[in-house]
Amino acid sequence: MSFELETATNRESLRRVAIDPVSRVEGHGKVTLLLDEAGHVKEARLHIVEFRGFEKFIQGRPYWEVPVMVQRLCGICPVSHHLAAAKALDPVVGAVPITATAEKIRRLMHYGQILQSHALHFFHLSSPDLLFGFESPVQQRNIVGVAGAYPEVARQGVLLRKFGQEVIRITAGKRVHGTGAVPGGVNKSLTPAERDELLQDADQMIQWSRDAVHLARRLHETNGSLYDEFGLFRSHIFSLVRADGAMDLYDGHLRLRDARGQIVRDDLACDDYENFIREEVKSWSYMKFPYITELGPGRGWYKVGPLARVQNCDFIPSTLAEIERQAFIAHGDGEPIHAPLAYHWARMIEMLHAAEVIRSLLDDPDILSDKRMAEGPRGREGVGIIEAPRGTLIHHYRVGDDDLVSYCNLIVSTTHNNQAMNEAVRQVARRYLDGRQLTEGLLNHIEVAIRAFDPCLSCATHALGKMPLAVELLDAEGKLLDHASSGG
Amino acid sequence: MSTLPARKLRVATASLAGCFGCHMSFLDIDEHLFELVDIIEFDRSPLTDIKEVGPCDIGIIEGGVCNSENVHVLREFRRNCKTLIALGACAVNGGLPAQRNHIPLAECLREVYQFRPGLENGQIPNDPELPLPLDKVRPIHEVVRIDYFIPGCPPSGPAIWKFLTDLIAGRTPRLTGGLLHYD
Ligand code: SF4
Repeated sequence: MSFELETATNRESLRRVAIDPVSRVEGHGKVTLLLDEAGHVKEARLHIVEFRGFEKFIQGRPYWEVPVMVQRLCGICPVSHHLAAAKALDPVVGAVPITATAEKIRRLMHYGQILQSHALHFFHLSSPDLLFGFESPVQQRNIVGVAGAYPEVARQGVLLRKFGQEVIRITAGKRVHGTGAVPGGVNKSLTPAERDELLQDADQMIQWSRDAVHLARRLHETNGSLYDEFGLFRSHIFSLVRADGAMDLYDGHLRLRDARGQIVRDDLACDDYENFIREEVKSWSYMKFPYITELGPGRGWYKVGPLARVQNCDFIPSTLAEIERQAFIAHGDGEPIHAPLAYHWARMIEMLHAAEVIRSLLDDPDILSDKRMAEGPRGREGVGIIEAPRGTLIHHYRVGDDDLVSYCNLIVSTTHNNQAMNEAVRQVARRYLDGRQLTEGLLNHIEVAIRAFDPCLSCATHALGKMPLAVELLDAEGKLLDHASSGG
Repeated sequence: MSTLPARKLRVATASLAGCFGCHMSFLDIDEHLFELVDIIEFDRSPLTDIKEVGPCDIGIIEGGVCNSENVHVLREFRRNCKTLIALGACAVNGGLPAQRNHIPLAECLREVYQFRPGLENGQIPNDPELPLPLDKVRPIHEVVRIDYFIPGCPPSGPAIWKFLTDLIAGRTPRLTGGLLHYD
């Protein structure tokens, strides 16, 4: 089934329909469909259309700048890049392990970010589709529409996100692009007053997160076949888990399960990622297509993110989220759940878990200690892997004796889901669009499928690309400012 | 807010070569969002499903210009928006993405898509669906006229709130003290 609608034959004779830009997602992407005369879908592709160049221009920078620079890959999950880079660079300053305080402050920051990002995605970006329906009027399909029709839902969403952002501000110094983590530890711990400020709202956040899980669950229970089948395809799932198999979003080893839920690889060490992941390049997207080396590009692709994590772990180490995880697993009736819309439900379970983790870390005296930094013999290389809100995030650096970065490789969360998102798009195109008059509402079905993955297309555009044509950029007076190059 | 305009103002936002952090900071006005939507309505924005910008009172641009698509969107915004605002370091001066400006494009492309360990089918993406990248990342004022610049990476939620409420109430927007920062 895979790759079936990836490339049409006789492309020139087909009609093109584009969804451009894909909206209510983070970043810059578009979908193109090629249709024959009878409206049958012959090709469907999600393209990532922007390019950056981070991997290249980070080379040559001093290593200590990196955790701050890489955040600018993504303003929704800056903390993920910040922490993955700091983790990768800990061995470079010999901080193995980092102090208990540093690890707990970083975890606090990270779970704050999971909470804010999941709230943003569910309430601000996706809830309009879920609450109003996929074909509801365009004018209503946004957070303002939700605020009008479901004011309490919108209010809780805004305040959940605000709380997560405040956890980040207090641990990192700023809500977006803070500077809390440094190679070797953190540069700030909490004061009792800061802790108390967060404690005031922490229990309320757990309550609202639970309500959000129940809302997502009700959507599945009341729309059974739609939610269970929309965009459905099966694949491997991949994520970090803790040594004992628990969900852990900050650290652990990598685990791969097959589509039937069997563990096929476990205990994969983060430092070895190059030995089991390769990436395929396709001419029509700036986002690469990763796969498990030994399975090959045809069978070795996989899903990451909440839907993978909730099912890849053996249990969630917090009480309320674990109860919700069990209800989720029960819904699958003995089989893994692959339905893209189940990402929302799994995401809310993780949000609840994040709220619980934050609550318990706030009671930990280590977060007030000033033992923030560790050091040891200098290293030259490090890999930092973290479960970002959208899935497994890999940062890899080598640093020379001159303290400058000599190599940088990034595999961001959304890139892992590249093939999976394309599959979901093709499933929806086949099932809902094929042979029909394409309305705005039908096209939104495609976006609903993409949104389920919470793609961060901004992160995924870190590499540079080029085009075979040429274009000139003229300023307001017609003066040549720049031209796009065909060969550089 | 004291003086309410007679009709709702239309506001469009776009992210060009930015990281979405400026849009996140916009949402960091938190509960003020509900006050704001009493007096404005959104046109094209990553937060809505309106794909083409229509006539607007205020346009807010995050990110600099890095490809032909960005240029197109920016010009459409200028044509349609009475007031156009450059929000954040990337829009104001290119920001961090402009770090690539000193590296030849071809070198980067080859390294990232062709000569890296762990690549299958290494090649430089070249489909006509992908917009043409520019050799350099440009600040948006080099391409169209901009009415206001808000620095910061990103400008804070309170700064954005102060700026917009000033503008909507007909005052000259002023950011002072901690609200104005460059980072
Ligand atoms: S100015 Fe900073 S926060 Fe805004 S888009 Fe650029 S990198 Fe992101």
